[in-house]
Amino acid sequence: MSGALTACHECDLLQREAALPQGGIVHCARCGAELFRSHPHSLERSLALTVSAVVLFVIANSFPIVGLQLDGQVIQTTLFNTVRTLWHEEMKLVAALVFVTTIAMPALQLFAVAYLLLPLRFGRVPARFALVFRILQTVRPWGMVEVFMLGVLVSLVKLAHLAGVVAGIALWSFAALMLVMAGLGAVFDARGLWARAAALR
Amino acid sequence: MNRPAAAAVTGASLGLLNCHVCGQLSRAAAGAHEAHVAHAARCPRCASALHLRKPDSISRTWALLVAAMILYVPANMLPMMKTSSLFGTQSDTIMSGVIYFWTSGSWYLALIIFFASIMVPMLKMLALVLLLVTVQKGSRWQREQRARLYRLVEFVGRWSMLDIYVVAVIVALVQLKALATIEPGPGAIAFGAVVVLTMFAAMTFDPRLIWDAREKNDG
Repeated sequence: MSGALTACHECDLLQREAALPQGGIVHCARCGAELFRSHPHSLERSLALTVSAVVLFVIANSFPIVGLQLDGQVIQTTLFNTVRTLWHEEMKLVAALVFVTTIAMPALQLFAVAYLLLPLRFGRVPARFALVFRILQTVRPWGMVEVFMLGVLVSLVKLAHLAGVVAGIALWSFAALMLVMAGLGAVFDARGLWARAAALR
Repeated sequence: MNRPAAAAVTGASLGLLNCHVCGQLSRAAAGAHEAHVAHAARCPRCASALHLRKPDSISRTWALLVAAMILYVPANMLPMMKTSSLFGTQSDTIMSGVIYFWTSGSWYLALIIFFASIMVPMLKMLALVLLLVTVQKGSRWQREQRARLYRLVEFVGRWSMLDIYVVAVIVALVQLKALATIEPGPGAIAFGAVVVLTMFAAMTFDPRLIWDAREKNDG
């Protein structure tokens, strides 16, 4: 029992940090909240997932998500086009909400993770490390790629009776992005990040 | 999970502040037991503002929650989408969308939308009311279950955005004047506001308050 003291972020119980086996998860003894987990090669894995997420994100935003086929005509829409249509339909608030949760926040999240991890991987602590970390923690709950994915699927079924539905490249990229970002959320180890930064300073 | 000893030592009781952003534990300045002093403290590691408990957690959460409850009414009564076609104009609320899916045979989609758009916001608001009331009463009832309930509320809230995305994609795709035009309805704005407000309400609620009653009652 010689670990550092830590307070549970959900119930404030003070407890000593237990030595953790690789891949282990520590829960609060009183309220059961997850305190931290250890992942083997968390930094490298997070970085790999971030790079693939960035590529997928670019593809998902550059190509049409879905198309409608009608009388030999195909109408397609990209994610940004969806936002623009809502904006012109006098739904500026809803347009902003969609833009923020599906484009701005995921982009900011990926940028922040890359900004923090890439220099750390090569043994440098990036400038404004703490600020970017704080931005990352604020942004995280507002990226809703996985909810958007389900929304697209529901609207596909809804439209299927109107016309032929064509899945676009971006639909598959979004599906992959959703999985990669979920993986990133699971592998990303904030505690290890600070430990690494502290060791380098 | 092993039970802690009867006297639980919290960070607050020793004047230790836990940074909610980076998890660093730091000693509060002398006299920081008063909330307004601790308010000005900054985390030595990441420079986030530190509080023993989130400031005005209960009143802020109530304010956001009441606003969300009021908007929940127009969100469900006003149309999310207006469809105009050769056969006339049709307004769809969330519930009529659910019924449409149910009757057209896609019962699984009806269930998903019913759950994400109607049940989740409602249960989330009821759960927050329960948490707020029990905390205000200083209740020691079912603390572990309530902590779990809070975690669930935080996790599940985002899925209510589903209907907003459905409207967005459909409106963008169906711009074919010959077939039909679909416009988003005012219900979409109210609904989006409900989702955002309840997410903020869950964020401003401080789950540590659930456990604070114990210290007071024991002491």
